[in-house]
Amino acid sequence: MNDIWGGLTQAVWLVVTLDAELLEISLRSLQVSVSALIVASLIAMPLAAFLSVKRFRMRRAVIAVLNALMGLPPVVVGLVVYVLLSRSGPLGVLGLLFSPTAMIIAQVIIIVPLIASIAHQSLRDLWQEYHDLLISMNVTQRQKMATLLWDARRALLTAALAGFGRAIGEVGAIMVVGGNIDHATRVLTTAIALETGKGEFALALALGFVLIALAIAINLAIHWLGRTEREGAW
Amino acid sequence: MKRVLTLVMALCLGTAVQATEVMKLAVTTSFHNSGLADILVPQIKADLDLEVQLLVVGTGQALKLGRSGDVDAILVHSKAAEERFVAEGFAPHRREIMYNDFVVIGPVADPAGAQGATSARQALQLIAANRADFVSRGDDSGTHKKEQQLWRDAGLDPQGFDGWYKPVGAGMGAALNTAAGLGAYVLADRASWLNFGNRGGLALLFSGDPVLFNQYAFLPVDAGRHPHVQSALAMQLEGWLTSDRAKALINGYEINGETLFTFNAAPKVQ
Repeated sequence: MNDIWGGLTQAVWLVVTLDAELLEISLRSLQVSVSALIVASLIAMPLAAFLSVKRFRMRRAVIAVLNALMGLPPVVVGLVVYVLLSRSGPLGVLGLLFSPTAMIIAQVIIIVPLIASIAHQSLRDLWQEYHDLLISMNVTQRQKMATLLWDARRALLTAALAGFGRAIGEVGAIMVVGGNIDHATRVLTTAIALETGKGEFALALALGFVLIALAIAINLAIHWLGRTEREGAW
Repeated sequence: MKRVLTLVMALCLGTAVQATEVMKLAVTTSFHNSGLADILVPQIKADLDLEVQLLVVGTGQALKLGRSGDVDAILVHSKAAEERFVAEGFAPHRREIMYNDFVVIGPVADPAGAQGATSARQALQLIAANRADFVSRGDDSGTHKKEQQLWRDAGLDPQGFDGWYKPVGAGMGAALNTAAGLGAYVLADRASWLNFGNRGGLALLFSGDPVLFNQYAFLPVDAGRHPHVQSALAMQLEGWLTSDRAKALINGYEINGETLFTFNAAPKVQ
């Protein structure tokens, strides 16, 4: 219990004094996870729309696999990305290992199935509603997908926020591919793991509280920007 | 859409651009936990204008990183594994830098009576004879390898241990946390122990036997095998680590008034 209290006071102290190191790793956490979120959304949302409107033979299997991959263990993703990006691996020439880019790649792989699965769920329901109308208007496949994506934008926001939540709280993969290098690839979660390893529970908890506060702030900001959860908007 | 894509590209590329004089050095958790790195790295930056990025891993993983060419040099402490690394041609040579020592940590009550042991060998035999809980790193790190060696020297085989012997497969700090939680014995390097914040009911019970000395060595990764390796920077770093300046910093580093490391680099490559 003492550690939790110590962690809370230390967290407040770190934020109030705008600790330079805290600022640096928090910004890097945001940079990595937001980049991963943008890339993953650009992949996952069109994919979800495509799976909703297009009927093909392996569709069911693809959806099942996508759903199953939501539970992908991050450390396995990290290891696979690590092996691919290692200097002795197939993509070694790029020299990306132990860089924030490698961390973004790993997080994209982790959150694409999650975002695509949640997005597909809501797009499918909407498609049932829109199906007859859009077919009768004889629009192209592309237009169908665009319509669905636009009209379901608020539900897609939830999918994106779920992906962001998984990305910013993730430690297994980015520890392996990022290496937790001070001033280069250290982010909030890897710093927490490091401080726990040193037995500095109070500092680790303080960083944890900062991480939670950051996630709440981001979610609130997005709701505010998207004007959701407000009177007069659904 | 185009604008979003440009933004994404900028974000991805922006992270790949790095300063010119940067090298990667894999170091062991025990070295990093000692806090000495926080003294040396900024000084290296000031003296050589060289940013040393530390990858803090176990010795096993550090050697693996060196083998695949993902780091430019390694600083580890497992002589046999290092010599194999050199023999296999992954490093041109091995340069000893400094040493510290391992200590036997255990519960204050000391149910096995390790405190009264006259040698490391006897301390371990007492722990095994009493079947007192013992936490092992179990992660193929330098400390783990040392521990295995010590058990064998004591005429015991860790493979045959049951319940009381707990390999946790984790770093030094995590192993100490586990030992604190279980009230178990554990072999740790002195630096990690002195810097450890969550001691609980643990205390230092045995130290000082020369077999517990822990030699750190620097191995630059062979540029012949991995042409992209920054061997010029690694040589520069090796020169600095074996200089009088490093000697003063290493010998002068203290925690709670205790000296941790003893500089013992030979002036030239053996």
